[in-house]
Amino acid sequence: MSGSNSMFLRRCRQQAAFWVFRLAMLAVLGALGGVLLYILIQGAGAISWEFLTEPPRDSMTKGGIFPAILGTIYLTLGAVAVALPLGVAAAIYLSEYAAEGKVLRLVRLGIANLAGVPSVVFGLFGLALFVGYFKLGISLAAGSLTLGVLILPTVIGAAEEALRQVPSTFREASLGLGATRWQTIRKVVLPAALPGILTGSILGLGRAAGETAPIMFTAATFYTLHLPKSPLDEVMALPYHIYVLATAGTHIEQTRHLQYGTVLVLISLVLGLSLVAIIIRSRMRKHKKW
Amino acid sequence: MNHNGNTIIEVRDLDFFYGDFQALSNIAMEIERNRVTALIGPSGCGKSTFLRLLNRMNELIPGTRVKGQVLFDGVDLYAPGVDPVEVRRRVGMVFQKPNPFPKTIYNNVAYGPRLHGKKERAELDGVVERSLKASALWDEVKDILHQSALGLSGGQQQRLCIARAIAMSPEVLLMDEPTSALDPIATSRIEELIKQLKEDYTVIIVTHNMQQAARVSDETAFFYLGRLVEMGPTEGLFTRPQKEQTEDYITGRFG
Amino acid sequence: MLKLFQAQAVAKEPLGELVRADGQPQAQKRRTSSERDKIVRRIFVAAGLFSLVIMGLIVLFLFKEGVGLFATVSVSDFLFGQFWYPTYDPADFGILPLILGSVAVTVVSSAIAVPLGVGTALYLGEVAGHRTREILKPVVELLAGLPSVVLGFVGMVVLAPLLQEWWDIPTGLNIFNASLMLALMAIPTIASISEDALHAVPQELVDASLALGATRLETLSRVVVPGALSGIGTAVILGMSRAMGETMVVLMVAGGAAQIPGSIFDSVRPLPATIAAEMGETPFGSEHYHALFAIGIVLFLLTLGFNLVAAWVSNRFHQKGAATL
Repeated sequence: MSGSNSMFLRRCRQQAAFWVFRLAMLAVLGALGGVLLYILIQGAGAISWEFLTEPPRDSMTKGGIFPAILGTIYLTLGAVAVALPLGVAAAIYLSEYAAEGKVLRLVRLGIANLAGVPSVVFGLFGLALFVGYFKLGISLAAGSLTLGVLILPTVIGAAEEALRQVPSTFREASLGLGATRWQTIRKVVLPAALPGILTGSILGLGRAAGETAPIMFTAATFYTLHLPKSPLDEVMALPYHIYVLATAGTHIEQTRHLQYGTVLVLISLVLGLSLVAIIIRSRMRKHKKW
Repeated sequence: MNHNGNTIIEVRDLDFFYGDFQALSNIAMEIERNRVTALIGPSGCGKSTFLRLLNRMNELIPGTRVKGQVLFDGVDLYAPGVDPVEVRRRVGMVFQKPNPFPKTIYNNVAYGPRLHGKKERAELDGVVERSLKASALWDEVKDILHQSALGLSGGQQQRLCIARAIAMSPEVLLMDEPTSALDPIATSRIEELIKQLKEDYTVIIVTHNMQQAARVSDETAFFYLGRLVEMGPTEGLFTRPQKEQTEDYITGRFG
Repeated sequence: MLKLFQAQAVAKEPLGELVRADGQPQAQKRRTSSERDKIVRRIFVAAGLFSLVIMGLIVLFLFKEGVGLFATVSVSDFLFGQFWYPTYDPADFGILPLILGSVAVTVVSSAIAVPLGVGTALYLGEVAGHRTREILKPVVELLAGLPSVVLGFVGMVVLAPLLQEWWDIPTGLNIFNASLMLALMAIPTIASISEDALHAVPQELVDASLALGATRLETLSRVVVPGALSGIGTAVILGMSRAMGETMVVLMVAGGAAQIPGSIFDSVRPLPATIAAEMGETPFGSEHYHALFAIGIVLFLLTLGFNLVAAWVSNRFHQKGAATL
């Protein structure tokens, strides 16, 4: 019967298509997993207590990367310190105050486009505004501000999602008891949204830690003898350190193991932070009490 | 129940689980050809779950498990080698909320026949017209066949969904509370339609509205807590229920 | 109901004033609580608008630093000039090779990333079981966070020598290598957004199709994908935008030659790479400095264009009323 024959064909077509999708997934996981595994293997040998806690020696061919680790931590925390209050406030506007309309559409468009601005353009912007116009010079402060602006859309997005997941009955209950809008937000909505906001800031941390282009002209230096003492000091940073070691050093081949080691440290930091954020988020979604 | 050899579906010892939760226990039932059978019971009693077992829609939900048999013309729907796609072609379904595709009216009705290899325009035209006539929608839409189905009213959308289901020439039509999202006028049109449909199809309808069950069905089955409590000719069941739980429910003591 | 509450609150106001004689703080508190609410509201509105302000500042400062160039170089010489020799005397500031370099890596990387990214999304959304999906989706999202300098490093140190050896080409630092690495960056973005779009197609429509005896593939191709098409389109455009704006990969892997490419094994110097490579060695305020900002303007406008198109596509997606697929 032609019916069963065509049924057979339809089944085959489905199997074939599903295998194509499966192969796409495998190719992607294979490529990215391969990259991670290769770096793990190549970089593991370089990791030692000395590598993590000592400054570089002998024109970068020996020693550790401690100043770069510290610089990245400072830059990243600075960026979140900039982006978190601004981002959460913007998210509160979007989820609690804004009414549907032209203004809101424009604001959303602005945030979406800010998220799409290339990181090197943020670098130029930071150079012109923070380094030049505000006369911060190439410094931790200028770099943190630039990175802070860069991760702003990430933080806004995560914070808004967290606020929206707070059920409207919570707000109605509070408003019904005579609380003002602000009291409701401060005492009911924000505490309920806190884990989500935390996730957003961790995602922001991870993003800021991995960026190179925005700090190239605003904060990073190839090598500095002293650790940063003030926000106006230049700093070393892991991503920039990788770039410079791999492209501009005088002993590129001899420092390969240091390069792999630095890459491994950066990946662990960035993916570790993202992993924490993703785990918190999926836990939250599963164990929703409301 | 009369056994006159006109049984189209026979359910034997059916159990159904969502994970560890047993939603249906030990269901046995026979459904006759060209009759309307209503499934009633308080919400959560398993009547919709049971309905979706008759065309294997429940297996789309992860973590579910079926035990027992559903014999359709003597063939177990859950036997290995039975293709759920083929099952669903022969057992059509109309859902609680009208769910037309965001396509034209014509393309909604032609969706199923096209899947099964009907490509000829004239042939499709014929199927679309017959199905829309059978669902009493033809006169209202014959001039707007190529407009979006989403422009129809809720009641029209539901009749379109019925037309879409019968365009497949199924043997059985499952209806899961098909009027719960509709106003009274649209509801009575659908009820009229159901009475006409049994000429050509076997209809099984889940309803939470006992008056509706009394108006449209020939047989009624009462479910409670995942069990089939009682089943029989509708009139008898409503006037002389055999079980206390059935009487409590139809007299409005719970549910 | 709400009106009633407001009326009461207003009625109570004078009462507060009366008590004020001996209970000043209480009256003070009553008045300020509604006033404070207004101020707080303004603060949040301002915060909401801040992203727009930043966008404005970016445009302002790019132009402020960039337009200086056009005192000496015409816009068309800048955009269509075929030679980029910023440090020669006299210097040439033609960025056509740089634009074409960017276009080349964007197109080639999209050709790799779009099928793989959408395929991954289809697998995650439609083929993978619930369990598998719960694990793999976060993994894909995690990989979206892989720092670009890492992929640049891998392309440069690992892949380039291999390519050079396998295909006997003058350099492994070329369009192909850069595109491969850019594709790895763009795939998680494309896959994740596409999968969200697939997921957003109402389950009722999927049920309706399956109940009509469609196979999963038929349901996918006739109901789910058409319903998610603009979401997938958005994903693709955002992925391309990301590839075009990405800096470190093209800086380290594209080879850096400011030439108009003739094959995918040629080296190029895309726009972001030019800015990143040269800004460090440029005197503040020089013509070259202005030229790099002018490149920044071009890059900004290009990606803005992509993002606006993406926003437009995803807006159309929500107007389902007139859909006749």
